[in-house]
Amino acid sequence: MPLSIRLYFLMKYMSGWFATLNRCTFGGFFRMLAKTKNTSSPRASLDLRALLLTPTVGPLIALMLACLFFSTQSDRFFSGQNFSLIVQQTVVVGALAIGQTIVILTGGIDLSNGFIMAFASMIMTKTAVDNGVNPVIAIVLGITIAGLFGLANGLLITRFKLPPFIVTLGMLNIAFAVTRLYTIKSVNNLPDVQTFLGETFKLGETSVTYGSIVMFVLFAIVWFVLRETAIGRHIYAVGDNPEAARLSGISVERILLIVYTTAGVFYGIAAVLLIARTASGDPQAGQSSNLESITAVVLGGTSLFGGRGNVLGSLIGALIVSVFRNGLQLMRVDSLYQVLITGILVILAVAVDQFSQRVKS
Amino acid sequence: MNPSDTTPSEKTPQAIFQAHNLVKRYGHVTALDGADFELLEGEIMAVIGDNGAGKSTLIKALSGAVIPDEGEIRLNGTPVHFKTPLDARRYGIETVYQNLAVAPSLNIVENLFLGREIRRQGVLGSVFRMLDKRKMLEEATLYMQDLKFRIQSMQQPVETLSGGQRQGVAVARSAAFARNVIIMDEPTAALGVKESGMVVDLIRKVRDRGLAVILISHNMPHVFELADRIHIQRLGRRIAVVKPSDYTMSDVVAIMTGAMDITPAV
Repeated sequence: MPLSIRLYFLMKYMSGWFATLNRCTFGGFFRMLAKTKNTSSPRASLDLRALLLTPTVGPLIALMLACLFFSTQSDRFFSGQNFSLIVQQTVVVGALAIGQTIVILTGGIDLSNGFIMAFASMIMTKTAVDNGVNPVIAIVLGITIAGLFGLANGLLITRFKLPPFIVTLGMLNIAFAVTRLYTIKSVNNLPDVQTFLGETFKLGETSVTYGSIVMFVLFAIVWFVLRETAIGRHIYAVGDNPEAARLSGISVERILLIVYTTAGVFYGIAAVLLIARTASGDPQAGQSSNLESITAVVLGGTSLFGGRGNVLGSLIGALIVSVFRNGLQLMRVDSLYQVLITGILVILAVAVDQFSQRVKS
Repeated sequence: MNPSDTTPSEKTPQAIFQAHNLVKRYGHVTALDGADFELLEGEIMAVIGDNGAGKSTLIKALSGAVIPDEGEIRLNGTPVHFKTPLDARRYGIETVYQNLAVAPSLNIVENLFLGREIRRQGVLGSVFRMLDKRKMLEEATLYMQDLKFRIQSMQQPVETLSGGQRQGVAVARSAAFARNVIIMDEPTAALGVKESGMVVDLIRKVRDRGLAVILISHNMPHVFELADRIHIQRLGRRIAVVKPSDYTMSDVVAIMTGAMDITPAV
């Protein structure tokens, strides 16, 4: 069975590499790469178990399996152009999922993100097109407002000690209503500056949108901050054991405020990517994005209990959903099956998380 | 000899941490009713007392978690006023809590340096805020070796450790950053027998490194094993300070519960 053998080696190679990426420090990355090459076989089997407990490896394997499966089902799946399309379809949810990840890492949840994004996108497009505001200033304005929504979430959660679920549920309604009160009409004919990120450049044979690059860069930045800086480690500590974090001299309130505000800014950036991709401002956009972003985060192996997980996992989680949607479309399967499979995967991912928590304790 | 007489006969050990006439009232409940406290350099002072004796209020006042209504706290002879536990920490007083105050998914190094991370030198540290993980690992490894704290890997998450090892990390962490005093609030209460033994050893090593230790414990065998002196708290006051060598465990319990009266002893 050449396919299964190839699959096995691909999995083994990729997962080992990824676990290394996960474990090592930024500086010691290449040293670690060198080290993993020399592992003898008994060590390797031990590593394999540790690997399976590494939260991002499972999702990565799932993503690779899905890609392999769809490659066998459709000739058009395994091509640069198609992958570029999949990434383009992931860009908006991906940017939202970054904000959602840092919120969930603190043990919170954000239900309002898609609606904040929709409001920000209407601010950006309507002020630029209808009121003649400089399109760049309109974008800055939209991102600022999204950040303020995030800050409001954070203030309500820290100052009034309200549960994040309720606060962001309320903010969902507020953002939805405010968007509708502001405008119910779509905005078209956006200035070029606002659609620039939707344009493509050639990478070899493949056309890639600038927006895709922006998303990858955002993921890289947040990955770096979470791993390599004190504030990143404090975000994990706050989600892991807020009391221990407080007793260590970390201001839990400050961390939560930073996290929710930063998440808001990411929703604003998601709005920029959204309007660039659709070349319009749609007040009805993003209404299921909150659940989609939570799905991506959960599929990516981040624990809903907080303190565990990885932003790269969320990228993989978002890609898994897009790959299924794209692959099933190419197979001409009803898109409802994609929804069905996503549902199953989410439940599976949470079950695995619960199980691994129980194993650890 | 009067057991409540705390004036040291020799000159050498200086009082490092003192409290005089502390009063704390909650409504009409008086938790501290003119309590005194004294800790000498490099000693382990156990604090015991029945429930409601004001033991935990005394410790909270000393660690900055509670502001006393009256009285004075002196550190190395200078009066200090702690408003929060962080104030106390700034003066080099660290507290270990009984409920395992560690972040389980972070590794040992990260827990040891939590809230006090070391950043890299130069631009990487100042602009990119990068942590110096290698330096933290090296320092943590040396330190844990010094405490003879055996562990397979410093980079394993704390949740993979046993309860005793976790508490060991918490103790080591506080000891690493305490400059003057380390307060341990029931450090072995949540642990099994063998696990407690490990933490008891660690507490002794911390003392041997020159830190003064305040140990709050209900576990009399541990108190007698570790303490240089025992502060007995009763009805909001210090009723006696005794040496474990001068009294039996049952005597101490009797003093603590009021069954044995030693206050007007000559």
